[in-house]
Amino acid sequence: MNLFVEIFYLAAAVLFILGLKQMASPVTARRGIVWAGIGMVLATLITFVHPHVNSNYLLIIIGIAVGGGIAWKTGKEVAMTDMPQMIALYNGMGGGAAAAIAAVELIKHEPMDGTVQLLAVFGALIGAVAFSGSLIAFGKLQGIKQLRGAFRFHNQQRINAGLFIVVAWMGLGIATSGMDYGMFTLFLFFALALAFGVMMTLPIGGADMPVVISLYNAFTGLAVGFEGYVLDNPAMMIAGIVVGSAGTLLTQLMAKAMNRPITNVLFSNFGETTGEAQEVTGSMKAIESPDAAIMMAFAEKVIIIPGYGMAVAQAQHKIWEMTKQLQERGVTVKFAIHPVAGRMPGHMNVLLAEAGVPYDIIYDLDEINEEFKTADVALVIGANDVVNPIARTDPNSPIYGMPILNADYAKNVIVVKRGQGAGFSGIENHLFFADNCRMLYGDGQVVASELIANMKEL
Amino acid sequence: MDGFIAIYIFILAGFVGYEVISKVPVILHTPLMSGSNFVHGIVLVGAMVVLGQAEGFMEQLVGFIAVVLAAGNAVGGYVVTERMLEMFKSSKGGK
Repeated sequence: MNLFVEIFYLAAAVLFILGLKQMASPVTARRGIVWAGIGMVLATLITFVHPHVNSNYLLIIIGIAVGGGIAWKTGKEVAMTDMPQMIALYNGMGGGAAAAIAAVELIKHEPMDGTVQLLAVFGALIGAVAFSGSLIAFGKLQGIKQLRGAFRFHNQQRINAGLFIVVAWMGLGIATSGMDYGMFTLFLFFALALAFGVMMTLPIGGADMPVVISLYNAFTGLAVGFEGYVLDNPAMMIAGIVVGSAGTLLTQLMAKAMNRPITNVLFSNFGETTGEAQEVTGSMKAIESPDAAIMMAFAEKVIIIPGYGMAVAQAQHKIWEMTKQLQERGVTVKFAIHPVAGRMPGHMNVLLAEAGVPYDIIYDLDEINEEFKTADVALVIGANDVVNPIARTDPNSPIYGMPILNADYAKNVIVVKRGQGAGFSGIENHLFFADNCRMLYGDGQVVASELIANMKEL
Repeated sequence: MDGFIAIYIFILAGFVGYEVISKVPVILHTPLMSGSNFVHGIVLVGAMVVLGQAEGFMEQLVGFIAVVLAAGNAVGGYVVTERMLEMFKSSKGGK
């Protein structure tokens, strides 16, 4: 390879790692993405003089313009609440690209080293699964009707396992047959790999999507790394594997936060536990917003627990406005964020940051959980499963053992909620029936506006 | 590339990825997932190389698809990550 190309690729790989490293701190995070971006531009530009690139220049430029243009437009326009599915979408595109690279290499039918061919096929399989799986994840989060909820049928796991064995067997056949595989076999292999990605993702419910997206992110990284080896491209190898391992760790952290092993998410038995669930006792008690406003305005400490409902209602700005009012009255306000609140870890942090909430009043689960005992009011807005005390008390519950925010330990709990239904997991929330809990029904943003107005009158 | 060198690269890169993530506060998990999503957009380079030597309709077609998808990954990943991190700008001080 050309020396210039080598140097630029090396620089890009270093910039990626430094960029990711800087993204690990809120202070330097923005610089981090810029550095990684510079690395990407360098690597892309130098590839035009890559010794293997000697035709189809126009097609390359059109391809970059089309793919980049569409992504630019959609990425700029999408609402902050819809970020998770956009990440899924762009990630899927990367996986698809890795699979397509493998496809071209295999279509060529040129002699390859045995290891190279094996990794090409393996990367193709992972990339194709990440592609179709991410598209389904995107569809689920986007709320496409046909994909919502968990899609289950009889013997599903066996059929999926069978499909996987067939795909893996075909892949192994292609990888070890030298050049002796037909175009039809190749086509069938890719078709089945894509089908497997769809089948694997369909039964997984929306609440588990963050973990799945993170997993597919790691998959794409691995696929890119493997195809990098096929193409003899160290920049792709390094960047791909770094993302592959980082993504795997991130997936584990998320699964751990939900207290569900990753296998449990993928081959889900969610909601299929045996044994009787504890009966709910008591009833839900409603509260009107003027009373809720008084309760908070004369409290000493209020802890706000945001969840996906806040994102849907776009209530973060109003919540921050309300918080400032409370602070002016001398009330201590803290935000408590559950690791899996929203649709992604850190989803709530991003939204609160968007509204301008300083992050020194935002606390993680471990940091704040002891404080609920001393809080006068816990305001739950749009969160549900992450404050369900059943996770502590009922071994038969599917979410038993999941670390939760102990909102029920606060003197008073106010839950802002649109209706009386159960949470995303479909589990009845015992918190809502507790004696110290009051329900404030309504859309998050409307309720927050009312609370602000009511507080001003006090 | 020599197989053993490739294994070294894979293993060391794996450690780097692990190290980079393991110390990250939860607050940055989403941006970081998004950022790492952008980083594997480097697949664009591979797609360009593949299309740059593609011959015949099938290879060109699939290579072109690879470039379009990869460019979407890289550009989309950057835009989304940048927009997320933009919000941390106004916040002052660290935890």
